[in-house]
Amino acid sequence: MVEKHIRRAVPALILGLVAAGVVQAQSTQSSVVRIDGSSTVYPITEAVAEEFQKAEKNAIKVTVGISGTGGGFKKFCRGETDISDASRPILKKEMEACAAAGIKYFELPVAFDALTVVINPKNAFIKQMTVEELKKLWEPGAQGKMTRWNQVNPAWPDAPVKLFGAGSDSGTFDYFTEAIVGKAKSSRGDYTASEDDNVLVQGVAQDINAIGYFGYAYYAENTARLKAVPVVNPKGKAVLPSMDNVINGSYEPLSRPIFIYVAEKAYARAEVKKFVEFYLKHGAKLSREVKYVPLPEKAYTGNLEHLKKGKLGTVFGGTAEVGITIDELMKREAKL
Amino acid sequence: MALQSAAEIRALIARHKRRDVIFGLFGILCLAIGLLTFATLFVDMLIDGYARLTPEFFTNFPSRRAGQAGILSAWVGTVMVMFVTAAVAVPLGVASGIYLEEYASKNWVTDVIEINISNLAGVPSIVYGLLALGLFVYQFGLGQSVATAGLTLALLILPVVIVATREAIRAIPAAIREAAYALGATRWQVVQGHILPYSMGGIMTGVIIGMARAIGETAPIITIGALTFIAFLPPSPVGAEFPFVSFEWLTSPFTVMPIQIFNWTSRPDPAFQANAAAAGFILVFMTLAMNGLAIWLRYRIRRNIKW
Repeated sequence: MVEKHIRRAVPALILGLVAAGVVQAQSTQSSVVRIDGSSTVYPITEAVAEEFQKAEKNAIKVTVGISGTGGGFKKFCRGETDISDASRPILKKEMEACAAAGIKYFELPVAFDALTVVINPKNAFIKQMTVEELKKLWEPGAQGKMTRWNQVNPAWPDAPVKLFGAGSDSGTFDYFTEAIVGKAKSSRGDYTASEDDNVLVQGVAQDINAIGYFGYAYYAENTARLKAVPVVNPKGKAVLPSMDNVINGSYEPLSRPIFIYVAEKAYARAEVKKFVEFYLKHGAKLSREVKYVPLPEKAYTGNLEHLKKGKLGTVFGGTAEVGITIDELMKREAKL
Repeated sequence: MALQSAAEIRALIARHKRRDVIFGLFGILCLAIGLLTFATLFVDMLIDGYARLTPEFFTNFPSRRAGQAGILSAWVGTVMVMFVTAAVAVPLGVASGIYLEEYASKNWVTDVIEINISNLAGVPSIVYGLLALGLFVYQFGLGQSVATAGLTLALLILPVVIVATREAIRAIPAAIREAAYALGATRWQVVQGHILPYSMGGIMTGVIIGMARAIGETAPIITIGALTFIAFLPPSPVGAEFPFVSFEWLTSPFTVMPIQIFNWTSRPDPAFQANAAAAGFILVFMTLAMNGLAIWLRYRIRRNIKW
């Protein structure tokens, strides 16, 4: 009889315990540094989080999610995250959402990324490309019309063009269209779009007539399967993407700064402050390790100074901008 | 049409037999397509990921270095989420199934409910994710926690559990019920003493099939915002001090196996593909193990039933 009673009580007990736990779940934790946002910035933030937790002997917990720059800002401006990874500056709409929720933030550039235009290694006819040629290929008007290589440049063969590019939710898409077409989010739609850059890597690696674009790290890890296209910069020189060419400013207009946004309220917490300081201190070394281009040393110290002085807001005023140098970026006035 | 001769009859029989053989071959072909596809995937994952299947792979946290990255937080997260899912879906689903079969009167209301439960089983999992995002994450304020994920997947498999429970109950001969009622047993006594024990095998099978579906779900978990990089474990459910059990793990951020695999496949460094393959192999293995358990349980429980 007793055994039967126990057996009967077990499911009820489990159910009760789960219910109790769920009620308890309402209390949120404060000892966790919560980060979400861009998949482009993710590798750097992940590396920093990994090293930080090791250095702190796991006393401070860090979580990093990937929901895209836009998705990250949505959570950030609802106060769900402490830090937002962003591969482009915060936009007007997102600024308004943050303002409405009373979320103030620091905008900290942490590294450079070089958007890389890639072709198949067997492609012998493309030696370099100009922004105009890229625009011809990618602008919305090209949809359904620019389908053969000799339409872009008569010197190129009469072969079909296979396009691979970033999906429209990514900051990469926003920046590429801004830099090439001249207007963010303005692109032809008839190309293979994916948020997963490995799909694009595969696509370009398998088709001799393919061309695509994505962040430098994906090219750097796949140099055997892909060929980068030198892009003619505003000074008229064709430049290959590389760490050096991004640092010396010659790889234009496709190099871009990437950011973390730190909520002011979160920064007041000791663990977030520690993490951000760790980020800026080790960001250069770690971003190089994950194939991103570090900022000059003075940019990281400048960031720390901005944090100390309480320089809140963005220096971009809610619009995407192309070709802004890191020096200019550090000197500008910030607005919320 | 009358058949004229033995020769014609033989020809007819031969023709029909030929059709039999053709259909048999066709069936084998269909089966082979399914099995070979699965076997190829499974073996391919094993070959790609074999080098990564070391003990450290299970005890290491994710890392930016493919060679050091492991699935500790992922498999622990998966086990915890599955536990919550089972703890919620099994009592709710089994109770609903028993009520519908044994208690509810058969009228149009129960018909509507029945149709809707079958429909729910076919709703895409992302829809459950969206529901959970609005309900559990924001309305109930559970956040992106183990509890939210467990409840979401519980909703997802609830229809499967209910349908399996009802099927299992229906398979019990009516004579058993009638005999028990004839002896003056109440409904609850019939359910407790006969219906539940006899249908347990079928119910367990249904539950495990549901769980096997839930364990591989990615879409609803991404929707509610599971995280990708977690290098710590949720607090332990059992402690050394009073009251010995803790529920903090329910509120903890988490990651699960499918999310970890998804993340690794999208990394720039091709070395992570091997990790993804290894983790995929383990996930398939977990599913197979659960299905194996279902078969074993069904066999054991059936053996003990003597009518």
